[in-house]
Amino acid sequence: MAEPAKPLLSVRGLNAWYGESHALHGVDLDVYPGETVTLLGRNGVGKTTTLRAVMGLIRKRTGSITYDGHDLLRLPLHHTARRGIGFVPEERGIFATLSVDENLVLPPVVAEGGMSLDEIFTLFPNLKERRNSQGTKLSGGEQQMLAIARMLRTGVRTLLLDEPTEGLAPVIVQRIGEVLRELKARGMTILLVEQNFRFARRIADRFYLMEHGKVTAGFPVSEIEDRMPLLHDVLGV
Amino acid sequence: MAVAGLSRASTESTSTLQWALLAVAIAGLLVAPFFVYPVFLMKILCFALFACAFNLLLGYTGLLSFGHATFFGGAAYFTAHAVKVWDWAPEAGILVGVAGAAVLGLVMGFFAIRRQGIYFAMITLALAQMFYFFCVQAPFTGGEDGIQGVPRGELLGFISLNQPLNIYYFVLAVFLAGVFAIWRIVHSPFGMILRSIRENEGRAISLGYSVANYKLAAFVMSATLAGLAGATKAIVFQFATLTDVTWQMSGEVILMTLLGGIGTMIGPIVGATLVVTLQNTLATSGFPVTIATGLIFMACVLVFRRGIVGEILARLPDRNSK
Amino acid sequence: MTMVFGIPIQAFLGQLLVGLINGSFYAMLSLGLAIIFGMLRIINFAHGAQYMLGAFAGYLLLAWAGVGYWPALILVPLIVGGLGILIERLAISRLYNLDPLYGLLFTFGLALVLEGIFRYYYGVSGKPYAPPPLLSGGANLGFMFLPIYRGWVVIASLVVCLGTWLAIEKTKFGSYLRAATENPSLVQAFGVNVPLLLTLTYGIGSGLAGLAGILAAPVYQVSPLMGTDLIIIVFAVVVVGGMGSILGAIVTGYILGLAEGFTKVFYPEASSTVIFVIMALVLLVRPAGLFGKDA
Repeated sequence: MAEPAKPLLSVRGLNAWYGESHALHGVDLDVYPGETVTLLGRNGVGKTTTLRAVMGLIRKRTGSITYDGHDLLRLPLHHTARRGIGFVPEERGIFATLSVDENLVLPPVVAEGGMSLDEIFTLFPNLKERRNSQGTKLSGGEQQMLAIARMLRTGVRTLLLDEPTEGLAPVIVQRIGEVLRELKARGMTILLVEQNFRFARRIADRFYLMEHGKVTAGFPVSEIEDRMPLLHDVLGV
Repeated sequence: MAVAGLSRASTESTSTLQWALLAVAIAGLLVAPFFVYPVFLMKILCFALFACAFNLLLGYTGLLSFGHATFFGGAAYFTAHAVKVWDWAPEAGILVGVAGAAVLGLVMGFFAIRRQGIYFAMITLALAQMFYFFCVQAPFTGGEDGIQGVPRGELLGFISLNQPLNIYYFVLAVFLAGVFAIWRIVHSPFGMILRSIRENEGRAISLGYSVANYKLAAFVMSATLAGLAGATKAIVFQFATLTDVTWQMSGEVILMTLLGGIGTMIGPIVGATLVVTLQNTLATSGFPVTIATGLIFMACVLVFRRGIVGEILARLPDRNSK
Repeated sequence: MTMVFGIPIQAFLGQLLVGLINGSFYAMLSLGLAIIFGMLRIINFAHGAQYMLGAFAGYLLLAWAGVGYWPALILVPLIVGGLGILIERLAISRLYNLDPLYGLLFTFGLALVLEGIFRYYYGVSGKPYAPPPLLSGGANLGFMFLPIYRGWVVIASLVVCLGTWLAIEKTKFGSYLRAATENPSLVQAFGVNVPLLLTLTYGIGSGLAGLAGILAAPVYQVSPLMGTDLIIIVFAVVVVGGMGSILGAIVTGYILGLAEGFTKVFYPEASSTVIFVIMALVLLVRPAGLFGKDA
């Protein structure tokens, strides 16, 4: 795929702190429109921190984060979504005091082009059956679907996904893979954090490898075989 | 209670400078009644002890009690009754007050400990209000009038407490004994455990400490010493009234501690001195004391959480962090 | 004359009505406290002072501007709520990252200031505030005499409490409140202006207190002291009910008010303390509160 010159999301020299703890030591990455990029790395290297820092959930940051030409670093948290970025957290974040339906429509529509409820239910039929259940009565897999589904109504063009397949049965993992491929086909840009290497390998266009709070390597999926020794060393795959 | 920036201020190692300052302070207190009205000084000493006792619970154990007036005022009532109605000697009367405060502390603490944090504070407030209503209705307290005309009596049978200097040095001795007791508690192994509960209760539990028992013990100690302050106050001022058991009084001791510096030994003393002096000054000026108290509260919480002594300690150059 | 439990039925029902009235205010005030605590994690000690402010606002609207009860019912919550929004923006919003006890202490100071100001200008005695002509007088129901305004208070409080509950549980805005209570940063990451939501919540809570105040004015008279003694009882109500549920706060308020009224019939000396005694008992057997969800 010929890449257009300008990345949609561009991160340079991102440093971030959790309180006193210096978690990111200068992350550089780019995500081009329509791409699916995966952050790989061992536990604790800063993959989730990078996502959260890009989103603005971590406020102690230096460096530069540019999205669609706009600076994200100085934006208040509730403005980041309005720029067109959606966040699906690692713990899924389904609200216990809301029904499935309320969870689904909670994130406000921030741009045109989002899916209608009907389209969402076509993609996730089991959510339609459970509309009036309490949000947390759903299984882990259903909650993950819900966490992704609720972002699709909002019209965001980019999704930040943190470990969507964590703790899920292979059948569900496969389903999520199908959903992500469907979203890709509709032009969604995706920045993904995934420990499940085989899953990531089947949907990502490019990879970044992270170690100790920095990006140490970046390569397209075509180079995966050449990089296997490195990945075996660092990740044990 | 995770109080701002105090983690290092709590273990003040004694140094030659500090011993010298202490000697100067005590010398000053010994000669003070020749320069300042003794009753005013004694009021400060009583409230300073009250605030120090309160700080044992808040600053060192991390528990905010909104009902400490129960112990202060309750002891005042018990002592006043023992000295006036039973005709007991002042030292015996004070013991009655202290014992009564300890019992009240045990009861209130037992219920309050069952919840944490903000609920703990609300329970102490509610129980203290219950005690207030009891005092309003109980015949022995004298209701709205309180117990008046409490005789000062003769200490140990021969030292007349009606002599200003005699009673002043007596109160000073009580104050120093009380503060010394608190100092010993804070710097003992028991005190270290209390501080670890304040810092991280979960960790203390996982280390095997029965945290509830430690909290209750600290609560009773704090109540007892607050009772000592109240009992002494009853002898000095020769009355005990409903004012001493109101939530406003509970709020006052919190303010003294907050203003002076939570979790420091001398902070409450400084705070008590300031608040009592302020109240004295305002009494003649016409500016309502409650408004002044409220404003200071709000200002302290917003911009001055470490209190006076806390701020000073934080700015000393040779203090290293925890 | 019919007797029940050995006393005339009129006296019995009369005291129960008083209990129900008190319970109405306990319910409304603990509702406001629970809403503010749920979202902001702050115990609003000034809630009683805001209730007093509401009563005074009604009194002064009448005295200074001739504005009567019915318009006051709308204006007073707006005034007190507006003041609450101001306080939240200026001060309370700075306390969110601190230990919640600081919020309690700050609002305690605020309560002292508000009470002090009104006490300075108006003394401690209560000012009368007449109920509107439509709600004056009473009805003889045969088994008891019902002052119309008292009946109105009970109905109005039920409407306010249930209406608030419905708004929180069933509306879109309510879903934002509930979600932000659970996970404020995630809701903000979705694009919802949570800081504004927090401001509005404090405003709504204060407004509810103010509304309770204007409803109370014809019943309890308007006095600078009417708030703080009441708020301590409401704290006990809240400890009994547990602050996890809005409905729990409402139900507990009514129940405890009735318990108080019931006690007054048989053991009047204990009526001022029975709620605290119930609180102590609940702490023994069910520390999290009757409807409490959190430990």
